[in-house]
Formats: sequence, structure tokens, C-alpha cells
Amino acid sequence: MKDDLRALAAAILIGLASSVAVAQDFSALRGATPLDQEGPAPRITPEQNTSLREPRNYPEQPPVIPHSIEGYEVSVNGNKCLSCHARGRTRESQAPMISITHFADRDGQFLASVSPRRYFCTECHVPQHDVRPPVDNDFVDIDTLLTKAPPGGRR
Amino acid sequence: MTATATTEGRQPTEGPQPTPWRRALAFALAVWHVLRGPSSVFSLGVLVLAGFVAGIMFWGAFNTALELTNTEAFCTSCHEMQANVFEELKTTIHYSNRSGVRAHCPDCHVPHNWTNKIVRKLQASKEVWGKIFGTISTREKFVDHRLELAIHEWARMKANDSLECRNCHSDQSMDITRQSPRAVDAHQRFLFTKEKTCIDCHKGIAHQLPDMRNVPGWQ
Repeated sequence: MKDDLRALAAAILIGLASSVAVAQDFSALRGATPLDQEGPAPRITPEQNTSLREPRNYPEQPPVIPHSIEGYEVSVNGNKCLSCHARGRTRESQAPMISITHFADRDGQFLASVSPRRYFCTECHVPQHDVRPPVDNDFVDIDTLLTKAPPGGRR
Repeated sequence: MTATATTEGRQPTEGPQPTPWRRALAFALAVWHVLRGPSSVFSLGVLVLAGFVAGIMFWGAFNTALELTNTEAFCTSCHEMQANVFEELKTTIHYSNRSGVRAHCPDCHVPHNWTNKIVRKLQASKEVWGKIFGTISTREKFVDHRLELAIHEWARMKANDSLECRNCHSDQSMDITRQSPRAVDAHQRFLFTKEKTCIDCHKGIAHQLPDMRNVPGWQ
């Protein structure tokens, strides 16, 4: 009985607090637009197209795509990415070959070509846009972190 | 005159009424008889002038009608084109892009040179046949035929060195310093050396791809 009353009081309090919050102007990631309205969409910026390899931020990161992939079809009928990055295409394209990890199926069996579960490239690999992130990112990669140790310190 | 003579002459053996076929033959013979004879009314000058004017009118009408079949409105008046290839084109750079210049169906699919255009138009009689018998009248049928249709277009472009691409994209006017590094590399190695032609690499740029297994350069 006592617990029930306490829960009821908490619910009323939360309800009051949230109604007060709705009345306020939010200044969060969504900007100053009221919650019941839709703010202006951010600008769409072009894809980076330098073709220069971007270093990975950590060893397991899927490499990002340093070129435009606009209009590249990856479907049951064909895979435009593989027409350059497949093993047999790299002499002509001089593109990096897809990792051999992509040949393994989920039982660890190596197939002759890319495994169906790795077929849809953009599930992991994405092109890059020049944008200003809404939240600053203070990620530090492991090499940078290690060099912050005092000289002669243990690694 | 000849007509009645012919039909009357055969009446006892053929029966009282001439068959429609015989009547048509008799009419054709009569027309041929008139055409063979010299003009008895018009002067040579009138005939030449009338022929000249009629020729101009025929040529104008012929080419006007030909150009009417060379418009996107004509192509997309069939649902086969409207619902499949035209819808697919709309998402590509050949329909919507930064400069607002776009390609229409015949820019890529009909040769601009007159002789080649006529040859292509004659081949297109097969497409009229397909329309009448509903060869690609549903999305499923269209998808089933997509590879065959694509192979025809690839073969045509390969044979004429991607002429329809080059009508707009000339390698003379292509400033590779304004291209992306990958494009510079590929065009220098394969296009300018004439080792490959546009369609060898640029497949599926305006419509969705067919089944690309065993197509050279694809997996």
C-alpha cells in the first residue's frame, strides 16, 4: 500500500517535470526548434573524392571509402564495388583487394569468392562527407595515447 | 478497259462473279497501264514542278513523323518504358545533376547520323512486335528480358565505339585535370589509349543492371 502511494507520487512528479520541460525552449542537438515542429534540414555536402586512403582509427575498423560511390549499384544482379575491388579485377583497377576475411562464411569456411554475408559493402564501408559534427569527438587512437606516456615508460 | 476484258474473258470457266483477288489484279493492271503511258493532259514542266513540291512535302512529313518518334514523350507513352527504364533513369545523373543538362531517351538509344538512324528505326519494328504481343508488358517480364535487352545495347555501343556517349562526352573536350584521381587514371590508361570504349566500364549508369554474372569486368 505504502509502495503504491510512493509510486503514484513519483509518477505525478515526473509528469509535472516533463510538462514543465516541454514548455521550455530546447537548445539541444535539434537546435532551438520546438519539439512539435520540424527544424531546417542540414545541408547535404558532396562526398569526399580524393581517392587517398584514410587511416583506420582502430585496427578492426572497416576502412572508409575515400571516393564517391554515387550511383553504384549493389544488388542481387551486380556489385559495382567488386568490379574494381574483387581479387580478379585488381590488376586492371589497381584498387585494394577486399580482405580475405570476406571470403569466410560464418562457419569459418573459406569460399572461392566473397561470402554472401559480406556482399553488401556499405553495411560496413561508407563514403565520407565534409560535415561539422554536432557533437565534438574526443576519440584518441591507441598510438596517440601511447605516445602520451613519458619517454622511456613501459608500453 | 483491260480489266473488263480480262474478267469477261475468263467468266465461262471461273463462274459468274470474279473473285476479289482477280478483281484486285485487274485493277492493278489497269493502274499499271495508265502509269506506263505518257501524260496526255499535263505539261512536262507541271509534272516536274509538281513532283518537286510533292517530294519536298513527302520528305518534310517523313522526317517530321520520324522525329516525333524520337522524343521522350513518344518513348514513355508506352507503360513498358514509362514504368521501368524511365523511372530508373530519374534517379541517375543523366536525369538530375548539378548543371541541369540532361539526356533524353533518343540521345543514347537512337543514332544521330541519318543513315544509322533509319537502320535503327527499321530494327525497332521488332519493338512494335514486342509491344503488340506484350513481350515485356509486366515488370516481371521486363526483368526477365533485361539481360537480353542490355546485351543488345552494349553490343551496339561497343560496335560504334560508344558513339552515343561521345555525342556529348568528347575525349577532345575532356579536361582530366578537373576529374577525380580515379577517373584521371582510368581514362589515361584505357580511354586515351583506345584500349577500351566508354561502355566497357560505364555499364548500368542510366538504368538498373541486369544479372551481371559472366559479364566481362563484373563478378
